[in-house]
Amino acid sequence: MAKQSLIGRLPVISHLNKSVGLQRGMLITGLVLSGLFILTAIFGPLIAPYSFNQIGDANGNFPAQAAPGGTHLWGTTVGGYDVFSRVVWGAQTALEVIVVAVIMSIFIGVALGLLSGYLGGWLDRILVVVADAIYAFPTLLLAIVMSIVISRGQSSLWGGIFSAAISITVVFIPQYFRVIRAETIRLKAEPFVESAKVVGASNLRIMSRHIYKNATRTLPLIFTLNASEAIQTLAALGFLGFGIEPTSAAEWGFDLNKALADATAGIWWTGIFPGAAIALTVLGLTLVGESMNDLNDPRLRGRRRAGSAQKPGAQKGGPAVQAPQPAADAEARNQA
Amino acid sequence: MTTLIEAPPTDADGLMPQKTTKSGGGLGKYILVRFLLIFPTILILVTLVFFLMRITGDPITAALGGRLPAEQLQQRIHDAGYDRPVLVQYFEYLGQVFTGNFGRTISDDRPVTEVLTTYGVATLELVINSLVIALLIGIPLGLVAAYRRDKWQDAVLRLFAILSYATPVFFTGLLFKLFFSTALGWFPVAGRANVSTELELQGLSAPTGIYWLDALRSGNFPAFGDVVSHSVLPALALGLITGGIFLRLVRTNVIGTLGKDYVEAGRSRGVSEYRLVTKHAYKPALIPVITVMGLQIALLLGGAVLTETTFEWKGLGLALASYLQARDFVAVQGIVVLLAVIVAVSNFIVDIVAALIDPRVRY
Repeated sequence: MAKQSLIGRLPVISHLNKSVGLQRGMLITGLVLSGLFILTAIFGPLIAPYSFNQIGDANGNFPAQAAPGGTHLWGTTVGGYDVFSRVVWGAQTALEVIVVAVIMSIFIGVALGLLSGYLGGWLDRILVVVADAIYAFPTLLLAIVMSIVISRGQSSLWGGIFSAAISITVVFIPQYFRVIRAETIRLKAEPFVESAKVVGASNLRIMSRHIYKNATRTLPLIFTLNASEAIQTLAALGFLGFGIEPTSAAEWGFDLNKALADATAGIWWTGIFPGAAIALTVLGLTLVGESMNDLNDPRLRGRRRAGSAQKPGAQKGGPAVQAPQPAADAEARNQA
Repeated sequence: MTTLIEAPPTDADGLMPQKTTKSGGGLGKYILVRFLLIFPTILILVTLVFFLMRITGDPITAALGGRLPAEQLQQRIHDAGYDRPVLVQYFEYLGQVFTGNFGRTISDDRPVTEVLTTYGVATLELVINSLVIALLIGIPLGLVAAYRRDKWQDAVLRLFAILSYATPVFFTGLLFKLFFSTALGWFPVAGRANVSTELELQGLSAPTGIYWLDALRSGNFPAFGDVVSHSVLPALALGLITGGIFLRLVRTNVIGTLGKDYVEAGRSRGVSEYRLVTKHAYKPALIPVITVMGLQIALLLGGAVLTETTFEWKGLGLALASYLQARDFVAVQGIVVLLAVIVAVSNFIVDIVAALIDPRVRY
């Protein structure tokens, strides 16, 4: 195996090195869109000309439903909010929800999956049946029920973010749980676990040191796929009126709901911009996730053609390197 | 070159459901086990929804709190039995649900069962329409993408599939409304049919509630045209999402089967690549589509909630949204439970169909 630097082994970068042609294009597009989203979220307050709940400045109130142009780049809404500012601030809300939701579901899902898969027995059976039941439930309905439970539907900024995040978490835990549990069961039979047992390692140590690191290999992939789903769920909650109040934060789904009535009157700017923001963010995250998925699967990965082996990128190993990739990756990580 | 890579069929993203039955045996036993598994699933969902909804209080305070004087509120809570222990209420509710009685809504005092049947058919109509569109989009385009693998057609189609999945259905709906209804005026903005058509169709004897079916049965062709023109945009918006998923699935599977030995054998005999796709690789690749079609029911129902709100389609989703606004949690609970049951039953049907098609599934 050719030596790779530490950076070269990081999930996204190693995928980027492996990709060719169309797949590389998709991955790069995805990374650019995701990066743009994250930058907008972080630097939102500097980019947005107005605050998300500002309906006037020193010159008086903003005009309602003003067309794009002039002081309001993307126009204003019925309530007099500046569309551009709300779209920019919306990125921040979305990022906060994703981060809280995904971190919580990874923690809980991974812990439950490890316990359930490693210990087995009645705990495993109960958890599997419950997780299957929740998994079969339409995502959005579960999120609605959870948001009723947590906040009865209306909420402040952090209350709203947490209630949306927890609603999404509950939906995602079964997914992490399944993946980690299946991996744990497979790994439990591996010789290195046996040998750890023989040496006298405790169950806790085996789970946290030996199995955990191997079972979480696929997590970056699920993370990106779930992040895009989290954005959609948040927007859907907001669209149905179960999101965050417009005065406490900007939320794309909520704005789209309000834009619905404008569409009949031919007012397009209130809906197009927040909608496009959702679509592009989800697109970016999905492209990253999809490309990583394809690159992990040798059957789907695009191969360099024999004729193009002279390309500088192909010199590292050419086609032969591709076949044993997932196993080799795992080994590389075990040794690290 | 293609035979070099012999990867075992792994569940790469790990999201497919795992079969938990370990028992061997025949098809009959498999069906029985699957059938029996429906009940714990439904029980867990009903229990989950019931207790989650009760954690924060009783439905009457939620719906009417602040609008009625305190004594009157107490009286109504007492009359409805919400002041009894939660466990007693839970078992009573279970018994009622078992006999098909979901209680009465609080905001407009209708039997929940009636709400479910009235709006349920409308949602059914929307879901059927979108499923048809999804198949019409997904299968042919998926074949094209597989046939032109890694060419520009493939790139365009894959991008289309991802875009159709990435765009929330309510945004697609909004774009359709802006473009096809407001700007071009081709299709109506919202609703299931014009008011006059609706009255005509509801006046029929023994209506099915599925409008186009009713219009066809009564030979009312203007009404049929009206219903169809109302159906196009919602069905397209919802169908695009699932269609994109089918497209990707067909593509991946056809590419998978194209690498199989028997296809390779055909190729070496000089069978054209076109014929290989349409005759050899096509049918085996459709089996997973059937399985996934069932799994999409959950997604379609979730999407239907949003599509109905976007297009004011009077189905379960729109009803759910308006009962949510009214904080009528008895009605919400009924709708959620019904949808959960539909999902559980359709998953069962899918498992059976998959087992009938592919004997290897029954382990």
